[in-house]
Parts: sequence; structure tokens; C-alpha cells
Amino acid sequence: MTTRIDKRFAALKAEGRPALVTFLMGGDPDHETSLAIIRALPKAGADVIEIGMPFTDPMADGPAVQAAGLRALAAGATLVKTLDLIRAFRTTDDTTPVVLMGYYNPIFIYGVEKFLRDADAAGVDGLIVVDLPPEEDEELCLPALKAGLNFIRLATPTTDDKRLPAVLANTSGFVYYVSITGITGSAKPDPAKVGAAVARIKHHTDLPVCVGFGVRTAEDARAIASGADGVVVGSALIDMVKNSLDGAGKAGPSTVKAVTGLVAELACGVRAAKRVAAE
Amino acid sequence: MTVQHQLNSYRTGPDERGHFGPYGGRFVAETLMPLILELEQAYADAKADPAFKTEMDGHLKDFVGRPSPLYFAERTTEHFGGAKIFFKREDLNHTGAHKVNNVLGQIMLARRMGKRRIIAETGAGMHGVATATLCAKFGLECIVYMGAVDVTRQEPNVLRMKALGATVRPVESGSKTLKDAMNEALRDWVTNVADTFYCIGTVAGPHPYPMLVRDFQSIIGIETRAQMQAAEGRLPDSLIACIGGGSNAMGLFHPFLDDKDVAIYGVEAAGHGLTSLHAASIAGGRPGVLHGNRTYLLMDADGQINEAHSISAGLDYPGIGPEHAWLHDIGRVNYLSATDNEALAAFQLCCRLEGIIPALEPAHALARVADLAPTLPKDHLMVVNMSGRGDKDLASVAEHLKGKL
Repeated sequence: MTTRIDKRFAALKAEGRPALVTFLMGGDPDHETSLAIIRALPKAGADVIEIGMPFTDPMADGPAVQAAGLRALAAGATLVKTLDLIRAFRTTDDTTPVVLMGYYNPIFIYGVEKFLRDADAAGVDGLIVVDLPPEEDEELCLPALKAGLNFIRLATPTTDDKRLPAVLANTSGFVYYVSITGITGSAKPDPAKVGAAVARIKHHTDLPVCVGFGVRTAEDARAIASGADGVVVGSALIDMVKNSLDGAGKAGPSTVKAVTGLVAELACGVRAAKRVAAE
Repeated sequence: MTVQHQLNSYRTGPDERGHFGPYGGRFVAETLMPLILELEQAYADAKADPAFKTEMDGHLKDFVGRPSPLYFAERTTEHFGGAKIFFKREDLNHTGAHKVNNVLGQIMLARRMGKRRIIAETGAGMHGVATATLCAKFGLECIVYMGAVDVTRQEPNVLRMKALGATVRPVESGSKTLKDAMNEALRDWVTNVADTFYCIGTVAGPHPYPMLVRDFQSIIGIETRAQMQAAEGRLPDSLIACIGGGSNAMGLFHPFLDDKDVAIYGVEAAGHGLTSLHAASIAGGRPGVLHGNRTYLLMDADGQINEAHSISAGLDYPGIGPEHAWLHDIGRVNYLSATDNEALAAFQLCCRLEGIIPALEPAHALARVADLAPTLPKDHLMVVNMSGRGDKDLASVAEHLKGKL
């Protein structure tokens, strides 16, 4: 089955450039502003949109993503409303791939079968669930693949060659290479090491490999994207949301523009990257 | 969940994937998965090495001070006028609680694995103190994550940890209690994978932690069997212990699970009451996934984790170990609860009747002894796990009793 994700990466390959993958928290800082941001992302240069499903206890995330999740929850976010965001986005955009990213408990409580049905109907293309390693594939990964959704797995510096085949076995859409051992938004990755790691992963799979964690500027994006099929930027965009809020934590007139401004810069960086490792 | 009455043994879990029935598992980020597999292997190797047990037994005897006594609580027995009540005196261990049994085992594993940097989460601070103690003994770096709220209400233990050379990192995220300390410890571990060993304090977290913590704590139940045989010539009729994550309870219960005539009671913290703020995951929660395992959790309709409340920082956690979740479902262990006020009353009673200042955690178990013991015959042998001493709690007890201590 070909998803929007497969189509998008095939088109970018033909175009000869890597993808810009943007991550923002669904419902941050509120539902309406979040929808306005998501709607503005493709035009600003986002090729793939990742939307975080807010969770109270995000064990692999740094302070920026933690705070974004808590802002969204305080503004009334739920998994139902996150799916509403995607459904609303799809009324104006039927081509940009959307990936939901988060933790398993809210999905488990929603009900796996119902969630997969509703996510597919809303126009979600793929899932990244941080706390579901291949050892727990029966929980969500296998049912998701059966339902026609991509299940995108994280590979990390601790995923050695012996373990990589297990990690890649049921992965589809793309592989998300976590460039550092650490939480989101922390240390800056070393582009040379990242390039080598992407090459190592590509030895085991034909899937596109996108790199995330620690990418903040257009220059970071260019450097990292040079050795990969795509670059993921999250905490830096979330910081733009946070910094645009007024004293009461409400979105201001500049919130959407603050995010799309950085996305446009990052898109320039990505477009300046030459594809090397992707071939 | 179905009730199974015909199990040959309740002691065979977990399976090779870390499951106790539908509970447990390995719900962690990929970065941690290789570390968890490495730990599982290291533990299997250690179990097969007689030198590991010999060394551990030596430290348990000479450093921890084991065996801990099984003490006949004569005046408590008279007071309730029913069952013959014994306290398993884990409060007499070095560092003042059962926590040290598990920490010793994990620190010895860390040494075998060549890990020099130890991280831990702590609620009441007893696990943090035990970890800081053994890191001092073995010359290891020690970093303890503790919710900022707990840092305030358990100050004596913060000072103990610092005196022992540990770094205490107050956690300001979320509810600033034990669950948030565990989140931060996991974030540290994800960041410092090469040299760091995560010393988890209870029978929760991803496999193999619930299993190995249980195994290290099972010394409590193993000793209790032998001591009761020596004292009364037979096994006890009932066991009772408080439950946060549930390690002191599991340590006492596990060696008795297949003795069908031994009634077993776990006591959760009911805080202000089960219809209000509390920390009773089985009584007031439902199955979900957090901190690496599936188990009973306190959460809202959207699967967001609720903040727990208990007067006892050691029980103030919105989950419970996965093996307890399973033992509840199959009906082998009877899970009860006690409120803050009931625990406070039991605390005072124990101080005055026995000359023992109990921690607020086992005071929850004592609160249910108050209901159970009077209904039972005088030849009924009941063991209460006195899991820790209460010096650390005196300031907060005094505050709650408003000077009537």
C-alpha cells in the first residue's frame, strides 16, 4: 500500500532534495492556534508534518516538548481533539503527510482498534510511539500496519547492527534516526557521525532515513540533511510558539508567523543540502 | 480480566518477555532497549554464579545486619484481642528500611557490568538513602532524583543523602513527586547510556526490574518462613504489607504465594479517601502503560496520568508493580487501602504500644491490622511487614496532628 508518506519521499527523491519534517505539539498553545499553525506549515516549506499527542509523562522529551504538552492539556487537548485537528487540516490539504507522535497510554486507553480506525479516517498517515520498541510490536505496530498506517520506528546510537534488523523489520514510511543519546531538544548532533550512522542504517533498509533531535537552525538543517533523506525539527519550533505567548500564556497575533518564519528558514537550509547518503 | 483458580504455581512469572499475565512488559524508548537487554543478561549470569550469592549474603549479614528479627508484638496483640501479631523488622536494617536489600543487589550488578555512575529516583527518600549508602561503600558516583515536594517534606533524608556524598536533584516538572522523579531518572538514563546504571527502587519499571527487585527483596519472606517455623513450628496464617510500588510487600509475599492456606493482604494508600485524592491504583485505577510496564494506574478518561496523594511520600505514586496487578486479578492477594488519618492513628498506637516508631508507609498496613486482627482467633499467626522506621516522618506527623504528638 502506498501512503502519502511514500508518495512524498518518492517525489522528493525525484526532485533530488531531502525532506523537512516539522514537529509541533497538537493543541499547543490552544486548539484553534494549533490548527492555524498546522494549516500554514506546507506553504512555509514543511514536507512532512509530525503532530505530538500530548501526554502528562513524556519520558523521552526535554523541557520544551514537556511544557508544550502541558500547555496543550491545560487548554483542553485530548486524543479526540488531536484527531479533530488532523481531520480539519485534511479539508484544506490532501497531500502533505501527517504523522502522529507520542506515548502509548492515551492510545491504549482510547482503544487500539478504534484509534486506528479513527486516525485513518481523520487522514493520519503514520504513527511514532516512543515507548513501543519492537519487543511490543503486537500492541500497536502490527495492527497499525494491518490498518494501512505507516509505523515509523526510532533508531538510536545504541541500536547496533545486531539489533537494527529487528528494529527495521516492521518499520514503514521512513526511519527516524535519533541523532544523540538523550532527550529532545538537548545536545547538537555531529553531522559527520550522523552521516555515518545513516549510511549504516541504509545498509539494512531501502526506507528513507530522517534525522532528528538537536536540530535548531537552517545551518544545522543543511548540515544534517546533507547526509540524510530528511531532517526533523521540533523543539526549536515549539520554542517559537512559547516565545510568542503573552503574559497569560495566550497566543498572540504573531504566533503563527513566528513558527512559519522559522519553518521557511529551515526549508531554505534543507533545500541547500545536497543529497549524498540518500543514494 | 478472568480469574484463574487452577494455577499450579503463582511463582513462575514473569515469562521471557517480562509479562505477569497481561501486565509488565518493556515499554521503553529504543535508546534504552539495548540497556535493558544487557541488564537482563547480566542478571541471568549473576544468578548462575555462586560467587555472586556468596558475596551478597556476606554484605547482607555484615553491612545490612540481616536477618532482621521477626518480633512478637505482644501489646499490639493484647490490644486488638485476636490474632497473634508479629512484626518483620525491616526497620532495623542499616539505612532504616527494606530498600537496602534491593539496592545491594543492583549495585553488585552494576559493579559486575562495569557501570560507575548510579542514578535513582526516590519518594520518601529511603531508596535514595540506601542507594547513596551503597554508592559510598563501593566508591560509585550517585545521583538521586527526588520530586521538589518530597525534598521539602522529607528533609532529613535529603541531608542523609548529601552527607553520604550523593547529588540530590530536585525535580520541578509535573506534580514534583515520585512519578516525576522517575521520569527525570529515565531522561538521565536515555542521555547517559554508556556509563550509567539505573537503580530502580520498587517492583515496577520495564522487565527485568520487577523480577530482579522482587528477587532481591524475597529475603524478607524467606527469613519469615524460617523464623515463624522456629518460633511457632508452622507457617503464618496471614501476611500484610503496605503498597506503593510494592517492593516490601512483594518481598514478603512471594515466597508464600504457593502456600494456599496463607492469606495475603496488601494495603494501598487511600489518602483523603477513595472518592477524593489518593494513591490507591488497584482500588481506584485501571490498567494502562507507564514507566515501562503495563499495570493499574491512576488516570483520567483520556489516559493522562493523575497525580497521586498520600501523607506517605513512599506510597505517593499513581501506579503499582505489575506482579501485584496480576495477583489482584487472579485473586491470590487481597488488596485493601487505608486513609491518611487511619495511618496516622496506627502510627501513634504503634509508637505507644510497642516502643517502635513506624514509618508512615507500614502504618497503613497497621491500620488494616486494626480491623482484621480482632476478628481472628488467638492462634491465628499474622505477620506485618514493618518496612521502615518513622524518624523521617516525625516532622510531617507533628504538623498533621497540630502539636498533639
